Formats: sequence, structure tokens, C-alpha cells
Amino acid sequence: MTLLVILATLLLIVAAHQLFRVIELSRKLRKTQEWQISDADNNLMGRFLLVFLILFLGFFFWQVERWFGRSLPPAASEHGQKVDLLWDANMYLITFIFIVTNCFLFWFAYKYRGNSKQKAEFYPHNNKLEMLWTVVPAIALSFIIIFGLKYWNEIMKLPKSEKRVVIELYAKQFDWTARYPGKDGKLGETDFRQISGSNAVGMDTTDLSGNDDILVKNEFHIPVGQEIELRMRSRDVIHSAYLPHFRAQMNCVPGMITFFKFKPTKTTAQMRNDPYVVEMMKNINAQRAKNNKEAVEFDYVLLCNKICGASHYNMQMNLIVDTEADYKAWLQKQKPVKTVALK
Amino acid sequence: MSTHTSHLEQEHAVHTDHAHAHGHDHDDHEESFVSKYIFSMDHKVISRQFLITAVIMGVVAMVMSIIFRMQLAWPAEKFGFINAMLGDKWGKDGILDPNMYLALVTIHGTIMVFFVLTGGLSGTFSNLLIPYQIGARDMASGFLNMLSYWFFLVSSIIMVSSLFISDGPASAGWTIYPPLSALPEAIPGSKLGMTLWLISMAIFIVSSLLGSLNYIITVINLRTKGMKMTRLPLTIWAFLVTAILGVLSFPVLLSCALLLIFDRSFNTSFYLSDIYIGGRPLDNVGGSPILFEHLFWFLGHPEVYIVLLPALGITSEIISTSSRKPIFGYRAMIGSILAIGFLSFIVWGHHMYLTGMNPFLGSVFVFTTLLIAIPSAVKAFNYITTMWKGNIQYTPAMLFSIGLVSSFITGGVTGIILADSTLDINVHDTYFVVAHFHIVMGLSAIFGMFAGVYHWFPKLFLRMMNKKLGYLHFWTTIISAYGVFFPMHFLGLAGVPRRYYTNSNFPMFDNLVDINEVVTVFAIIGALSQGVFLINFFYSMFRGEKAPQNPWKSNTLEWTTPMAHLHGNWPDALPEVHRWAYDYSKPGKDKDYVPQTIPLSEGEDDGGAH
Repeated sequence: MTLLVILATLLLIVAAHQLFRVIELSRKLRKTQEWQISDADNNLMGRFLLVFLILFLGFFFWQVERWFGRSLPPAASEHGQKVDLLWDANMYLITFIFIVTNCFLFWFAYKYRGNSKQKAEFYPHNNKLEMLWTVVPAIALSFIIIFGLKYWNEIMKLPKSEKRVVIELYAKQFDWTARYPGKDGKLGETDFRQISGSNAVGMDTTDLSGNDDILVKNEFHIPVGQEIELRMRSRDVIHSAYLPHFRAQMNCVPGMITFFKFKPTKTTAQMRNDPYVVEMMKNINAQRAKNNKEAVEFDYVLLCNKICGASHYNMQMNLIVDTEADYKAWLQKQKPVKTVALK
Repeated sequence: MSTHTSHLEQEHAVHTDHAHAHGHDHDDHEESFVSKYIFSMDHKVISRQFLITAVIMGVVAMVMSIIFRMQLAWPAEKFGFINAMLGDKWGKDGILDPNMYLALVTIHGTIMVFFVLTGGLSGTFSNLLIPYQIGARDMASGFLNMLSYWFFLVSSIIMVSSLFISDGPASAGWTIYPPLSALPEAIPGSKLGMTLWLISMAIFIVSSLLGSLNYIITVINLRTKGMKMTRLPLTIWAFLVTAILGVLSFPVLLSCALLLIFDRSFNTSFYLSDIYIGGRPLDNVGGSPILFEHLFWFLGHPEVYIVLLPALGITSEIISTSSRKPIFGYRAMIGSILAIGFLSFIVWGHHMYLTGMNPFLGSVFVFTTLLIAIPSAVKAFNYITTMWKGNIQYTPAMLFSIGLVSSFITGGVTGIILADSTLDINVHDTYFVVAHFHIVMGLSAIFGMFAGVYHWFPKLFLRMMNKKLGYLHFWTTIISAYGVFFPMHFLGLAGVPRRYYTNSNFPMFDNLVDINEVVTVFAIIGALSQGVFLINFFYSMFRGEKAPQNPWKSNTLEWTTPMAHLHGNWPDALPEVHRWAYDYSKPGKDKDYVPQTIPLSEGEDDGGAH
């Protein structure tokens, strides 16, 4: 096999060599300079560039038509809906710029393809024009900046609501643990030196407020319509808690606690009935059937979105958004961690 | 200034006499092969050394990308190719190992950003064009210039050698965020591989600094008579600002890397705190990975422009020459290069909106980052207006320049999204980002580099490249490049994180298989079509047609030197410059170009002056 590959490569080299010999000889006979750009070259390339523009835009619309429907479903959180709104506005704007400027570029490339009979126009500058395309982008950008910052400040404002649900997300290679404060409403202190097989998130066993904390793996629940405050910690390297359906993301950094707050607007059950999601899951399950995988239902998911090691691609936890009542019932069933017993 | 110039002139005059004594063509015949081609201090030779090293590094990085693209499109599929490239350890039964996957994306990024697009692009064209286009005999210090190349080569060799060690090369991503990069327990690539990466980069930074200092000094001090700053070709402006960015930002990367070396080897805690790994808590407390991120991106963002500006400079020159028109808005182009250079230092935080950095700081960076869109837009519009009513000559270089403008726009507009912290939340670290920076930085800079190679090949190797192969190369490249990177936007919209070994562990990504296949198929076509370039490049180097004096009918000074590699560049006195570089198709002239050495006729305006 290897021998065959070597032989084939050698043959290719010999063939290429012969080809170049022929080209060289014919060039000598015709006494033309291959590298010179003729009018025919300019015509051909100018036309190709125009055709390329058409194909390029065609490819763009083809992709939008085929793949845009696979985008994440509409946001399932309050701030996420604003993010989506801003996203759409920006996307329309940049799509417009992208299409118009590319059209100008390739149209000029076609229209002004060289010809030995013509001469270019000497046109070194035009202050008005330049002012125009400095000022117009500046105005457009100031709108983008103003709206972007307005939403950003809202999203990042420290949570105030008394009723908010505080949950800690604890990241380590390569899984997530969610910690709930328990009955006293207070998350117990932590100390990374106390981490052990039975104390995986490093609860400080001297702090009694941690005694009723609840630890959950694989799947965690949150109530709909309430402000959720996520506090993030990491045991080893940087991870990133990414909740794409809620437009929420924040890094988990060893040595510090990071925050993200959001208010979910749709329960998992509601989401499963959302027409966009139904259509999406149909396609997903059709693809899964092809690969002999079982059908699945929609679930919110927490992903790790910062390179963290070999199994980075599989660091996940499911998230269920419940009604208030379901959430309370679920929480009731969870057993407290009993840090006192760990001592 | 003028006394200084004349002093240098005298120095050169001595040189020139020496050259005369030996005849024009065999100026340096007494030099041995080693001093002429290997330890050469001649800017032209050093330029070729950089280019050929970068081409080899580029091939290595490209093959890596094909391996991980095959994995992403067809995970769990067995490929003889992968086994052949990586052996049984990393590619057992033709399936890529997950750690090796991360190593490949890491080294691919590192090589492309630093070795191809920084060393390769700046090293090749700054070296070739700065002395030529400003009318100097050579760089200010030939010796430092030579050292710059040799440090570059050593760092390249160390980086490539890290591929062959038993734990595998660095694999924490090209941004090597600690603690992942600091802790050997976290990932095998953070053992010896990371040490080699850091050593290689430290040496690379030395190379870059030696080069950049030289470029700055040369541009400032060695311009020939009449070469005012406002008469410099935009290439030189771009190289100058690039070099300044490098001098100001690379030392910060060095300190960033040094502190990481300390944390790794001497148990300091600059970046580490509260870590439990490998079954034990570490002693380190008080450090913060955020500090690393600040230091890294303080280089990292200017680095984007270190990569991009030379490509933009090269394109300015080629679009003007090939359109047979002056570059539109020469002064605005200089202004936007300077503005981009300045702004690039105060935008690094946009890589860090979601790292836990204070959100208020994030809003400052939103503001500064979006400002950079203004000079970028000015540049794009000026390129397009330069082509308007031109008489465009489609050399392969011009085609690649148009490709650059297209990708600069296409990739640039998504930057507006990513600069907006609110919108960044959901696409941060997804394929949307991968699409954005590959198009705006990767494609534009590579297109600029190809454009430069096709355009200045006659000055590099005194021969012409084959035009038809150049055309073929351009069309296959641009089609496959957009075919690879455009679909990635849609993966990002679906929320696919970057640096995932496979997407098959999340049902939500199951319907994206065909997008990944399209990307990989185009990637393979694109990689194969670079073979056309390599054949053309190496063939033309030895057997291409002999280059005439000024094949593209260009105005700049490099085309006034004889088509020979003279030590000292001009056999006689240095040329004197009388006008800007862009008098193409000027009314009242019989030819459609007026070289910079032609004196202004009575009452004639100098283009750069207004």
C-alpha cells in the first residue's frame, strides 16, 4: 500500500515535470510572456468575479434558507428576549452592509476590468465622500453602542429581588454540581482544602449554615418566572457555564466567585410544545434515527464553553425549568448534605 | 533630519564605490555560500528565509487543520490518513485521540497566528520592502536583522519539535489560559509540551522585537532624499505601525509567559489560587487567571492588527497599481492605519466580557472596540473607490487583493456583533467567533500574503510566477475559504462551542452533521488547492520566466533597482524621490504611471501633499 502511494507520487511528479517542460518549450516557440495580463485575461477574470458575486450571494441565501432554522430557539429568559431583539436588529444591519459592499466591490471589479484602449480616471481623493463614510458608520455605531450598553448594564446589575433563587454551579473536570442553600436560605462557606471523596465541592465543615445545603448532579431544577442568581466556582481550571437557551454565560474561575442572573420565562414542558422546538426536535430525531440512536425530547442544557481538558466536549448537565409548585415539590425530595456528619 | 540623511548618504557612497569595483552583477561574488545564503545580513535574503520558513510552517498547520476537520465531520470514522499522520499512539485505528485533538487546534492556532501571519507576513515583506521602497541600502542593522531570522527559525524548530514528544504538544488552546496550561495534572499537553511552547514563544518574541526595532529605525532614519513621510507608500506606513504595535505589545506577552513559567516551575502563584487537582489541594493562593488574560490579550488584540495591517498595506499598493489609479484618500488611509493602531491597544478587554471581569470595565471596552469599526470602514470604502473608474489589470495579486477586501468586510461586520458585550454573551467561544476571526483575520491576512508573494515574486526571486496557475490557485482558494468559514456562523447560531472534540454528545447538535461535512469537504479542497501554489512557487523560483525591470508598471522605488540581488540595492547613488507613490493615470502624462523618481513638472501637484 505504502509502496503504491510512493509510486503514484513519483509518477505524478514525473508527469508534472513533463507538463512543465512542454509548457516551457511552447512558450519559447511563441515568444510570449506568460505572466503578462492581456485584455482577454481581464475580461475573463472580471466576468468570473461577477459570477463569483452571484454564486457567493446565492450560497449565502442557500445557507440561510437551509440552516438558519437550526439556530437556537427563541430565548427562554426575560433578558434573553431583549438580547434576541438587539441581535436581530444588528444582524439585519450587518447583513445589509455585507451584501451592499460586496456588490459594489465585485461590480466595480467587473465593470472596470482593464482594457488596453482605456485609461483610468485620476481621482485621488474627495473630502466630502470620505467625511460621509466616516460620519455615517459613526452614527450607526453610536446607536449600536447605546442599546448594547443599556441592555448590558441591565443584565449585569447585581440582583436585588428578595425572592430570588440562589444556586451555586460548581465546575470541575469534567462535570457540574449544583448547590442549593437549603432551608436557611444561606449557602455554606467553602474551603478547597477540605475537598475529599465525600466532600466533593469543598464544604467548610465548620460552617453550620452549610449543613442543610443540597447538592445535585446530572440534572438540576429551577422555577419559572423567578429571578435565578447563579454563583459559579471552579475546582481546577477555568470552565464556562453556558446556558444557550437562556442567553446566559459566565466563566467559572478558580479562586473567585462569578455571577449571572436571569429569569426563565418558559418551563421545560412549555418549551417542548413550542412550535419552533417541535419542528427542531423532529429534525433532530430524524437524524438520530438514521444513526440508530433513540429519540429524545427537548431539554435545557448547561454546557462547558471554555477549553478545560480531554473531556471538555462532554461536560454537561441537564436543566429542568418547573412551575413554582413542581419546583418546590422537587426541592422537598432532595436530601441535605449534612456537613456536620462529614467532620 | 536633512543633515542626518546626508551623513547616511556618505556612508552609502563608500559602499557604492566598493560595489563598482566589482561590477554590478557580481557585487558579492567573494562571499561564501554560507555568508550569502545562510548567515546573510542582506534584507532580501532574510526576507526569502522568512518566507520559505513560513510556507513550511503554514503547510504543517494546514495539515493539522485537515486532521481535526475530518474528526469533526466524521467522528468515530476510521481514517488511514489520521493513523498515518499521527501513528498508533494518537491515531489508534485511524481515530483521533481527544487530547491530540486539543493539541492540534492549539498548535494550528499558534503556528498560523505567530509563525505564518506574524513572522511570515511581517518578516517577509517588511524586510523586503522597507529598504527597497524607502530607498535604503539595507536595514539599519543587518546583524540584528539576521539574528531576528535565526531566533525565528529556532523558535519554529522548537515549536515543531514539541509535536514529537511522548506527552504530546501544548494543548490548552492557543490562548493557553492557566490553570489548564499551568497544571500538568490537568491535561497531558501541559507537561513538557507546554514548557516547549513557552520557550519557543519567548524566543519568537525576541525575534519579533529585533525585527520590529529594526523596521522602525530604518523607516525613520534611512529614507532617501525627498522621501517625506507623506510620500511613503502605504505598505511602509502599515509596516511601521505594525512594528510599533509589536514593540509595545510583545514585551507584555513575554512577561505574561514568564510569570506562567514561574507558576509552572518555581511554585509561584501569579495565576493560581484555591485549586484542588490530582487528588490534593495545591499550596497556591492569591493569584488570578484573570491577570493572565489581561496580560495575554494586551498583546493578543494588537496582535490581530500586527497580522492584519501588513496585509492591508500590501493590498493598498496592489489595488492602486493594478487599478492604474491613485489610492483613494491617501491621507485618510494613513489616518486610519494610525487610528487602528492606537485603538488596538485599548480594546483587549472585549475578549474578556464573560471572564468575571468587572462588567463596567466591559462597557468601556464595548465603546472602544466599536470605534475601531470606523477606520476599518474607511479603509474598505477607500479600496472600493480606488477601483471605481479604474483600468483594472487582473494579476493574481490583484485577485487576491479583491479577495482580501471581500473577506475583510464579510468577517469585519460580524465583529460589530461580537464587540457588543450583550450580544457576545450567547456566541462567546462558539463557532460564530471561529467564523469571525478566521474570515477577518485569517483569510484577509493570508490573501494579503498571497497577493504580496505574487506581486513581489520578481523582486524576491527575480523570476515571474505562472499566471494561469495563480488564477487557478485564487479561485479554488477563495471558493473553498468561504465554503469552510461561512457555514461556521450557522454552527455558532446553533450554540456549538469551539474546541469540542465532537458534537455528538449533545442531542441539540445532532442536526448539524451536514454543516460540519460541508465545512470539511471545502477544507480538504482548499488544502489540496494550496498544492497548486506550492508547485507554482517552487517551480517559478528556479524555472520561472526571467523578470523584466518593472513588470507591473509600478511607481515605487523597488522597481528602479536592477533585477539582480545587489548588495546595497542600487549600483549607483541612491534614487531621489520627487513625488508620492500613486501618480497612476495622471492627466497630461504620456504613460499611465509616473515613478517616484521623476521630478514634478512645473506647477504639478504632489499627490500626498493635500
